Amino acid sequence: MKIIVTKEKAIKLIMLIAASTSVFIVLLIFLFLGKEAAPFIIKPGLSELLGARWVPVSFQKESFGILPLLTGSLLVTAIATLIAVPVGVCGAVYISEVAGSGERNFLKPFIELLAGIPSVVIGFFGLTVLAPVVKAVFGLQTGLNALTGALLLALMAIPTIVSISEDAVRSVPKSYKEASLALGASRLETILRVTTPAALPGVLAASMLGMGRVIGETMAVMMVTGNAAQITASPLDSVRTMTATIAAEMGEVAFRSDHYRALFSVGIVLLLLTFTFNIIAQKVLKKHNGA
Amino acid sequence: MFSKARILLVRINFYKIAVVCSLAVAVLLGCGRGNNSENSNSITIKGSDTMVHLASAWSEAFMAANSDYEVSVTGGGSGTGIAALLNGTTDICMASRKMKNKELDLARQKGMNLKEIVVALDGIAVIVNPANPVSELTVGQVGKIYKGAYETWGQVGAPKENIIVLARESSSGTYVFFQEHVLKKADYTQKARLMPATSSVIQSVSADNWAIGYVGLGYALDAKGKVKVLSIKENVAAKAVAPSSESVKSGEYSIARPLYLYIDDNASDTVKRFIDFCLSAKGQEIVKSSGYVTVN
Repeated sequence: MKIIVTKEKAIKLIMLIAASTSVFIVLLIFLFLGKEAAPFIIKPGLSELLGARWVPVSFQKESFGILPLLTGSLLVTAIATLIAVPVGVCGAVYISEVAGSGERNFLKPFIELLAGIPSVVIGFFGLTVLAPVVKAVFGLQTGLNALTGALLLALMAIPTIVSISEDAVRSVPKSYKEASLALGASRLETILRVTTPAALPGVLAASMLGMGRVIGETMAVMMVTGNAAQITASPLDSVRTMTATIAAEMGEVAFRSDHYRALFSVGIVLLLLTFTFNIIAQKVLKKHNGA
Repeated sequence: MFSKARILLVRINFYKIAVVCSLAVAVLLGCGRGNNSENSNSITIKGSDTMVHLASAWSEAFMAANSDYEVSVTGGGSGTGIAALLNGTTDICMASRKMKNKELDLARQKGMNLKEIVVALDGIAVIVNPANPVSELTVGQVGKIYKGAYETWGQVGAPKENIIVLARESSSGTYVFFQEHVLKKADYTQKARLMPATSSVIQSVSADNWAIGYVGLGYALDAKGKVKVLSIKENVAAKAVAPSSESVKSGEYSIARPLYLYIDDNASDTVKRFIDFCLSAKGQEIVKSSGYVTVN
């Protein structure tokens, strides 16, 4: 008897440890980032981080203003979201409400397959295929700009948005639809006015998770956005994202230099942004489940 | 019955523990050996991405001639290689730039006496699209383009199209060299697109009619037909010089840099033998066939 009890306790403990590992790791990452970035506040000062120029390697004066990187990331993310959310949600509604089972069995695995393509492969596709197309369509001199990056990112976010939105749309109780149809609404009216609004919280959460994926993506964006650190609102200009900056510069940076600490500060900003997206998504989902 | 089973169980557990312990000890011993790495027949080389091809070619030839030696080469950039040398995790550091004072100070603090060896020369070619009518520029003009003072090709006597400025990432040794010698230490224009690799510079220049970029001479010559290599004039009065191994060696072509290997003075004889091999006639033959320029 006693052995069984202790055994159960031990197993419970092991499972508890396994379950809390991720919490522990997230905390450790925050601590580590903070520790490496903090001295920057004292020496070059926090105001340096808020500047509008990112010139980490210079014979004149190094500047570590993360504004161009932040606006670059936000611009690319915003455009990607504007493209990915409508496409993703329409796709989800189609798959769960309109498509026959044959179509569904064909479409869903393919969309999920898209999620499995490594980002460097997507980036290479963007560099050699998409960039020339963007260049030709808009009559530009080069296809290395924010729009090309956003298109690639939309491509990567669509599977996430489709598959989570589809779950949300599918979990709308059948009785809602039946009531709507019984009242004489057409199928289209039912989808637009009843099913989709009922699934809205789930769809919003899906979009937030998609945005989180987009803002954290590195490789594809680094290959096609041109990486010029300038503040711009034009999708046809080159931008430099926070992720690309960390990936490109971390390998060469002198240990614990100002540049090193600035990169860690960029990492903290990035982590806080994705964190916010995830928390909003979870709040929305919780409300959805509670209602 | 019951107690017998218990004993068996305990015994099994005991064996298990014994096996796990011995495995752990073995792993620890293995790690210990890995860390010391005083195996005098193996050499590790780390650093500049520009030099990875060259160092791989050297190490292959070196291992073919001395079958009991093992040489491993990794890239990561000049800075990474120097850091590794200072931390003692590599025997030889390859660098496409001279060590900075900060790094030399760190070496002195660690009591290391570093030796710098110039093993090859590398010309940096300025490239444009074959459709661009420009075929020669002065160093000053290239500098102005990269500083952002010139924004259209009209300012250097070509059609009035905007210039797409392509540079390498700021982590690249080539970026710093170009900034020092062509931009004369000024900052790059904020509009310069920083490309993650030499191949993406070539890809973009071959695709975009009004782009300008810079790459190592070896890469530029390999991409002949896809891109046009510009001849460079030292100043307005001087004659234009096309980059080639002859013009780099003679110093006529000015955008060129030495490539270095750094070692600790106390390095093993194996390491020193490898360095001698790089400087030998055979080693320099490899420099030539890799697209770089031989020293002396």
